[in-house]
Amino acid sequence: MKDFWRSYAQNRGAVVGLGLMVVLVILAVTADVAAPFSPIEQYRDAFLAPPVWMEGGSFRYLLGTDDVGRDILSRLIFGTRLSLMIGFMVVTLALTVGTSLGLIAAFAGGIVDIVIMRLMDVILVFPSLLLAIVIVAILGPGLFNAMLAVAVVILPSKTRLVRASALSELAKDYVTATRSAGAGTLRLMFLSVLPNCLAPLIVQASLGFSTAILDAAALGFLGLGAQPPTPEWGTMLAGALQYYQRAWWVLAFPGLSILITVLAFNLLGDGLRDALDPKLKR
Amino acid sequence: MLRFLLSRVTLIVPTFMAVTLASFLLIHAVPGDPIEVRVGEHGIAPERLAMLRHQFGLDQPLWKQFLDYEVQLAHGDLGLSVVTHASVWDEFLTLFPATIELAACALIFAILVGLPLGVIAAVRRGTAFDYGLMGVSVTGASMPIFWWGLMVILVFSVALGWTPVSGRIGDMFYIEPWSGFMLIDSWYSDDKGAFKSVVQHLILPTIVLGTVPLATIARMTRSSMLEVLGEDFIRTARAKGLSPVRVVVVHALRNALIPVVTVIGLQMGGLMGGAILTETIFAWPGIGHWLVEAIQRRDYPVLQGGTLLIAVLVMAVNLGVDVTYGFLNPRIRR
Repeated sequence: MKDFWRSYAQNRGAVVGLGLMVVLVILAVTADVAAPFSPIEQYRDAFLAPPVWMEGGSFRYLLGTDDVGRDILSRLIFGTRLSLMIGFMVVTLALTVGTSLGLIAAFAGGIVDIVIMRLMDVILVFPSLLLAIVIVAILGPGLFNAMLAVAVVILPSKTRLVRASALSELAKDYVTATRSAGAGTLRLMFLSVLPNCLAPLIVQASLGFSTAILDAAALGFLGLGAQPPTPEWGTMLAGALQYYQRAWWVLAFPGLSILITVLAFNLLGDGLRDALDPKLKR
Repeated sequence: MLRFLLSRVTLIVPTFMAVTLASFLLIHAVPGDPIEVRVGEHGIAPERLAMLRHQFGLDQPLWKQFLDYEVQLAHGDLGLSVVTHASVWDEFLTLFPATIELAACALIFAILVGLPLGVIAAVRRGTAFDYGLMGVSVTGASMPIFWWGLMVILVFSVALGWTPVSGRIGDMFYIEPWSGFMLIDSWYSDDKGAFKSVVQHLILPTIVLGTVPLATIARMTRSSMLEVLGEDFIRTARAKGLSPVRVVVVHALRNALIPVVTVIGLQMGGLMGGAILTETIFAWPGIGHWLVEAIQRRDYPVLQGGTLLIAVLVMAVNLGVDVTYGFLNPRIRR
C-alpha cells in the first residue's frame, strides 16, 4: 500500500484528481447541509440574479439564480450527488455484466466466445453517443433509461478487457494447478482468475466514471436524460439555452462542474494506471 | 497483401449483417408499429390499418420481414421520412457534405495543432511547456463539448462579435450547391465575400469539434515520441552528427507516427458523436442536426436509416485504417 501510494503520488495530476474527488464526494454526501437552499425551490423575488461579485449580485445567492429564481449553487451541489450516483450506477452495471461476459467468453471459448465478441463489435461500430441517443429514443427519455443506454455503450471495452486478461491468466501454471486440485469452474473464474485481472479493471472503472458522467450530461443536454426540474448538470444547460446570452452564469457553472468532475476521474484513472501497471510507467 | 485485404473484407461481412439486424430490430423495439407511428394520434379504422399492415408486409413473420428489409437495403432503399415524406437516402446525401466538411476541418485542425505540440512536449520533456501542455490536453479530453461550444459562442460571437452564431453562410449570400462543400462552392462563386462568410461560419464549430481529437492526438504523439526517442537508432543518428531537427522530424517522428495514425483513424466515431452536439449548438445543417430533429419528431425511419449509414461509414473508415496499418507495418499482414 505504501509502495502504491508512493508511485501514485509521483503523478502530480493524479493527486490533484484525488483531491477534487474527495471534495466532490463530501459535497455529494452532505448536499442537504452544504447547499444553502433547496435545489427546486423558486424565489420569486430573484429571477436571473447575477453572482455575488457582479453588479447587482448578493451574498444570498453566491452563484446567482436561474430564470425561475432557483439558487444555482444549491442546484450544482445536489447535481454533484446525482452525477456521482449516475457514474456509480453505470459503472457498476457495465462492470458486472462486462466482467461476466468477458469471463464466460474466455472460459467457454468456441462459438460462445465468437458470439459474445461479435456482439461487442457490433456495439462498437456505432459512435457511442449516437447509440446512446438511439437507445434512449426507443426506451423513452429519462434518467434511468439514459443510465442504461450509457452502460450499454461502455460495455464492450470492459468485456474485451476482462476477456483478454482472463485469457492470458488462463495460460499460466497456477490455473492448471488449481484446476487439478479439483476447483470448479465458477471458483476458478471468480476466486482465482478474476482477482488477477483487477488492476486494469480498476483503471477502466475510473475512466468509465468520466465517460458515464459526460455522456449522461450530453443526453440531458439533448433533452433525453434527466427531466426538469431535476438538478442534473446537462439538463440545467439545456434549460439555460433560451436566455444564456443575457445571463452567462446560468450556463457557465453547470458546464464547469461537468468539466471538473470528468477531469477529476480522468486524472485519477491516469494516476491509477501509472501506479498499478508498471509496464506503462514512464 | 491481397490476401490480407480479402481477409479483412470478409471479416466485416458478418458484422455488417449484424448491424443491419440491429437497425431492423430498432424500429421494431419502438412501441406501436410503424403504421400507427405514421398516422400519429388521429387514429385509423381497423380495416384500413389491417390493409396498410398487409401492404407494408407487417403481417409477415419477423424473419421474413428481415429478409425483405435486407433486399430493400440492397436496392439502396432506406424508406421514407415520416415527416417530410422524402427518401431517407436523398435527405442523407443532401446533408452529408455539411457534416463531412465540418468533421474534416476539425480533424485537420486537430492534427495540424496537436501533432507539433505533442512533438515539442516530447522533445522538451519535463519542462514547464510539457507539464502545461499535458494539463491542457487532459482538460481538453474531459471537455463537455456541448458546453464548450456555447461558451465560445458567448465569448467570440456575443461579446466580441467576431464570428456569426449559427449556420454555414450569411443570409445575404446564395450559393448554388454543386459539390455540397461550401468551402469549394463559395470559392468558385462570383461573390468573393461568400467564401469569407463561409470561413467565418466554420471557425468556431471546427475548434469545438476539434478540441477532443486535438487533446487525444497531442497526448498520443507525445507518448509515442518519448518511446521512440529512447531507441538505439536515435542515439546512432545523433552520434552520426545529424542536426537535432533532422533526428526528431525524419528519424523519430516517422517511426512514432504509426500509433498516431491509428488514433486518428479511431477518432471517426467520436467525431460523428461530437458532430451531433456541435451541429445542434451551431444550427449546422448536417447529419447530426438531422438526427436530433428526427428524435424530437419521432421520425423513426430517419433515425434508423441515418444510424445505419453512419455505422457503415465508421466500418468503412475502420477498414481503411486497418489496411493502411497493414501497409505501414508489414508484420501484421499475416
